[in-house]
Parts: sequence; C-alpha cells; structure tokens
Amino acid sequence: MATDANRSDLLRSPLDARHRALGARMVPFAGFEMPLQYAGVLEEHRAVRARAGLFDVSHMGEFVVSGPDACRFADHVTPSRLSALDVGRAAYTALTTERGAFVDDILAYRLDEDRYLLVVNAANRAKDLAWLETQREGYDIDLVDESRETALVALQGPRSREILASVVAGFDPRAVRRFRFADGTIAGRPVRAARTGYTGEIGFEIFSAAADAEVVWDALLAAGAEHGAVPAGLAARDTLRLEAALPLYGQDIDETTSVLEADLEFIIDWTKDEFIGRDALLEERDRGVARRRIGFVVDGRGIARPGCAIYDGETQVATVTSGTFAPTLEKAIGMAYLPTSLAEPGRAITIDVRGRRVPAHVVALPFYRRPRSRPR
Amino acid sequence: MPRPEECRFTRDHEWIHTDADGVATVGVTDFAQQELGDIVYVQLGEPGRTVGAGDQIGEIESVKAVAEVYAPVGGEIVEVNEALADSPELVNSEPMEAGWLVRMRPSDPAEIDKLMSWSDYEKFLSEAGD
Repeated sequence: MATDANRSDLLRSPLDARHRALGARMVPFAGFEMPLQYAGVLEEHRAVRARAGLFDVSHMGEFVVSGPDACRFADHVTPSRLSALDVGRAAYTALTTERGAFVDDILAYRLDEDRYLLVVNAANRAKDLAWLETQREGYDIDLVDESRETALVALQGPRSREILASVVAGFDPRAVRRFRFADGTIAGRPVRAARTGYTGEIGFEIFSAAADAEVVWDALLAAGAEHGAVPAGLAARDTLRLEAALPLYGQDIDETTSVLEADLEFIIDWTKDEFIGRDALLEERDRGVARRRIGFVVDGRGIARPGCAIYDGETQVATVTSGTFAPTLEKAIGMAYLPTSLAEPGRAITIDVRGRRVPAHVVALPFYRRPRSRPR
Repeated sequence: MPRPEECRFTRDHEWIHTDADGVATVGVTDFAQQELGDIVYVQLGEPGRTVGAGDQIGEIESVKAVAEVYAPVGGEIVEVNEALADSPELVNSEPMEAGWLVRMRPSDPAEIDKLMSWSDYEKFLSEAGD
C-alpha cells in the first residue's frame, strides 16, 4: 500500500521500539515517525504542568561548529553575540536571512571556547546545513552534523529537577540554572542536561548517544513514575509551547517573517557590527514594523486553526499561524501577525472558523506563565 | 444502553439505535472517538430540525482535529445531548452511552436496516485499516 511505502521512508527515533511498546500513536513528522500521543493530549499536557512529562525529541538536528573561527562564525550567522556566551551556557537564537527573517530558530550551546552545539529543527536540518556551508567561506571552522548519532529527550515540568536528581550522577540538577547545562551520567551512560525546553515549565533537555537512548529513557521514566511523570507526545508538546507563546518554525516563523515582526528582538545584539540580516533589521527597526506576532483568545466556541482568516470588520487582515485548544486556560487560543495598528491587547477581531465568524480578542503573550516558585 | 450488535453503522462512523419508543439515538463509534483524540467541543444545534440522510447535524472538535457528524437517516431531531456542552469528554469515555449525540424520529425506519450491521462495520474497519 502507498501509505506503508511512504511510512517506510520515514526515519525512526532510537526510541521507536519504546514508543510502540507504550502504545503511542505514531505519526509522520519532519521526516520521522514520532509519537503523537500516548494516554491522550489533555492528560499529558496537564501532567507536564502539574508534575512532569518525558518527550522524545530525537528528531531535532544537532550540529557542532568548532575551530579557531567558531566564535566569529557564530556571531556572523546569528543576530546574538554568541562569542560572549559563557562556556556552559545556552541561548535561544536564530539563523537569519539577509532580509532578517528566519532560516531557522535554534538553540546554541557554548561547549568550549572554540566549540558550539547548535540544535536545529528537524524539518530544517538539511536546509540549515546547506545554508551554513554557503556562509563558511573565510572562516576556519569544522561543521559536523551529529543528528543521527544523538538522542534527545526532554524532561519537563515542576518535578523535573527531583526526577533528574534521582537518576543522574556527576552534577546536581537543582544547581543548574535556566539556560545552563552540565555533563554527567545516567545509568552509567554519558549525558548532557540543559535547563531548556519548549513547554513553559522548568525542565531539562537531555542529550545522549543514540545507542544509549533506551537506557536513559527507561531510567528517567522509571524515576519519573514515582513523581507522577508520564511519557508525552508531539500533540502535548504543541499545546504546551503554544500556551507559552513559543513560536513553531514553519507556522509562526519562517523565511518571510522578520525577527522584529516575530517580536523576538531580544535575540538581537544591536551593538554587533555585522551579522546576516543586520542592515535589513536596522532599517525595519527605524521604519517601524508593519505587522507583529500577537496572541488571541477566541471568545466563542470552536478552535481557530492555522490558516483561518482573521478580520478587522469586513477586511481580512491576517491568517492564524498557530491555533489550538489550550488545556490550562480551557479556551481556544492562537497566534497571528496583525498590522501594528491592531496589535494591541484588548483589540476585538473576528476569525473565520469553517465559514462561521467567531469573535476573538488580542491578548498579551504569553498565554501561560508558570507560577513563580517560592524563594529558596 | 445499546450493545453494538443492536446498532447500525455508517461509513462515517456514526452509530444509530432504535429505542423502545421508536425514536433512534445517534452517536459516533469508539473508532471515531479514538481517531479524534481528546474532544473539547461538541456542537449539535437545536432540536426540532428535519434533516435528510447524510446532512450535517453537528460538529465534534478535538484538540487536534474537527469532524462533522452526519444524519445516518432522514428524520426530525427531537433531542440533543445537552450534557455534552459542559462535558464533551463523554464522547471519548462513553461513545455509545452517556456520549450519545442526538435522538431523531426517522421518517422511514426501514432506512436504518439498510445501514451496516456491527459485523459489517467491523469488516469495514479492518479493510479501511489495511
């Protein structure tokens, strides 16, 4: 059958057998067959907000950039000053186009003075690699794609520190602050754990060799079970990241949306003399952005999904880029690029949901912010 | 509440059961609710409408997808399941019981018998899955 032939072309995570044994519903995603859900998206979403969830995100791409010009190269291809990032720290940033839009949004980890790990979106892995190759002339660097040898799991949720602490050796996860990482072992296997994530919760993204993935996954899941942690799939990852207003490449940001329009100016270091897209972004900053990424809440029933048209009166002004039911808010939410004049919280809009005009209003992002932990 | 063997089924995964009072209860099958995943909105309109076989009678929306619900046969919608407005998850947990959708008075009860039996529907599902 055609479907089977297509499915056999898909790549499999090193945790594929684990997902099947857990009864996950597997779906094609960015060239991989990945778990959409195990028990169900709502249960998994709520477990992450209340306790913890364990995600397989081994589809993500990992590049290592190293060599005498690694710093200069990292400062060239991103708008951030990665040369000033301390060893042991990570930063959210982007690979930018000449027009100041997104080749990809990425996480950059400073592994060493002259070595960075770049974690890129699975769907963009080949494109990013080709892009970086075109940009490396004049830079003395090595660029290695380690995606297939690397497994990545995300342990996210308020109990993630305790769970990781119970299985990791070599460092205390409770001492690893946001956007820092540390190296250690789980069940004797080397891991690198970063206090990063895509859910709006405290959490860790844990790298290991693909060959060690099952051992690491099993240890985390077993330790997590005592804390009420559950395996969680792509569906919950999407609802969690959207509540936290984290953009998804291909929906909320792409090669047509600028860093400023996406409201991600914090990744730009304007004091840098040069980076790809700097001129375009400077000009856009001085001119003022024409449209901006906003959040909306649907006031009626129904979910405004990606592609739904957004109206100001009778004029279509935008389309929904991401939209879903937000389990924590128990409302339908979404994001879109609205003309700057309309992009203010409280502004009423209507959205065409399958032929029905549904009222909605603009809200400040994020939709969800995790409760601040008590001071220690 | 009906056993599957007492119901008839559509290719769109609705079930219909003729109750003792001659009114038929309609819902979606366990297969349908599993395909949709966690259901968060159910929209069924008002009772009192007359619909033809195959007309849309409602919409079921899950976190990931939306599905239209069609009338298995023609007739008058006499009741909609009000409980689903506040508890749409009943369609997931009890699709053939508390998660029923509408009750309708068929204009021609014989139309129901022309739909798939439980064993036909099971065969239909296994063929669709290949």
